[in-house]
Amino acid sequence: MSMSKKSTVIVENLRKKQMRESISAGKRLDERGLDEIRPIEIELDVIKKASGSAWVKLGNTEVVAGVKVETGEPFEGLENSGALIITAEVLPIASPHVEPGPPDEETIELARVVDRGVRESEMLELSKLVLVPGKIVYTIFVDCSIINVDGNLFDAASYAVISALASCKLPVFEIKDDKVVETGRTQEPPITTIPVSITTVKIGDYLLSDPNTEEEACMDARLTITTNSKGSIVAMQKGLKGNFSVDEVKSIADIARIKGEEIRGKLKGLINVG
Amino acid sequence: MVQSRSLIDESGKRSDGRIIDELREVKINVGIIKNADGSALIEFGKNKIIAAVYGPREVHPKHMALSDRCVVRCRYHMSPFSTDTRKSPAPSRRETEISKVIREALEPALILEDYPRAAIDIFIEVLQADGGSRCAGISAASVALADAGINMRDMVSACAAGKVDDKIVIDINDTEDKEGGADMPVAYMPNLKKITLLQLDGELNPNEFNTCLDEAIRGCLKVYEIQRSSLIEKYFGNEKGLKEE
Repeated sequence: MSMSKKSTVIVENLRKKQMRESISAGKRLDERGLDEIRPIEIELDVIKKASGSAWVKLGNTEVVAGVKVETGEPFEGLENSGALIITAEVLPIASPHVEPGPPDEETIELARVVDRGVRESEMLELSKLVLVPGKIVYTIFVDCSIINVDGNLFDAASYAVISALASCKLPVFEIKDDKVVETGRTQEPPITTIPVSITTVKIGDYLLSDPNTEEEACMDARLTITTNSKGSIVAMQKGLKGNFSVDEVKSIADIARIKGEEIRGKLKGLINVG
Repeated sequence: MVQSRSLIDESGKRSDGRIIDELREVKINVGIIKNADGSALIEFGKNKIIAAVYGPREVHPKHMALSDRCVVRCRYHMSPFSTDTRKSPAPSRRETEISKVIREALEPALILEDYPRAAIDIFIEVLQADGGSRCAGISAASVALADAGINMRDMVSACAAGKVDDKIVIDINDTEDKEGGADMPVAYMPNLKKITLLQLDGELNPNEFNTCLDEAIRGCLKVYEIQRSSLIEKYFGNEKGLKEE
């Protein structure tokens, strides 16, 4: 059962007032412009046991993602494509407000939104990851662990997943005598596009991209938009009890396209893909 | 346990090139989780483990609180990508047991009476596992507790010793753990000279047991020096403190 809940992070009224005043003057409390994204740092291949991995910092939000590859049965209805499974977990090391245990609804939403961006953009050409049509396909897990929380987990986790996937080396499996064998060779993943997710939130009448924890505690509504390399929108998710006008949604879509292109260039440079 | 191949060659080198009383390379980075009250990243060979400490803080649910001392909660968890075959993110029986023995290895070092009705939470996340992750986790958690400024009687340092090809070696790696003869993780308070964790898989005769224990403690002392210098480096910016004494 989903219940409306109080924010776990509490921002004092005075600070909120300061934030509103600052935003209305076009500057955020951390000196950023309203649509400015925090600096992104990516370290690749941090987990040698994974086929691909990335440690991503978006400001103070830190995420580690790892790719593991197995073989298995295809999903029902998708007999001729590889299986892609993306999970996200906010680890209890990440913030004083996280309780260990099964994922809560926010974490499940996080994993599903990250998954949707990658899946709907068709970033990976899954039809190339089939061994025996209808029977045996590659199963690709991308697990991400949030290790420090400072807002905008959606985008940070998404950048980590995309960096790990785009830079991974998939093991090559073959069928010998009706059995799957690992050849020891690796192949480049079939990447078609780099999806970029941009989250914009509304505080009062202002739109802010890439919110930090403090801003998230004050936001009324949130909209995450993922665009592909062509600049088309491939996934969206609105969150929280606030609302957006049609004009606001349109300007958020514009921000997602413009900022998305900027971040895509950065990601491509950092992870070295074309 | 099957010994399928020789794990120590004629010149006394082990599968990863170490000699029998040599630790893997250990690096400890203090304070890497900004939100935590104390934290440490330990790289112990190929192990990559983060320990984070939150507290002392209020206990939820409240009835779990103890009126005369602090509650310690500990979670040891492995990330799905930390092992060769993907590990399900749900906690396993192994992780539940390790969480318990780690808590019991650290508790003796904490002055819990100083924080009645409070809780200290210790979270250990294994990002990459390479044998000996519980020992590395304890060593990292102990540094994280010190970093959190929690009153402690001593540091806890941990290292395993074991039997490989009938020789006693320290700091068992993954291959040696799976194929070797015995694995004995030990946690030790180096100044109080007390053992706080002791487990054993495999067979050791009384003589071997004694050597194994002595060797494990020597390993713990080496780990202790690294823990100490990592904290000195964080708080004093260099290793001067170590050398001047």
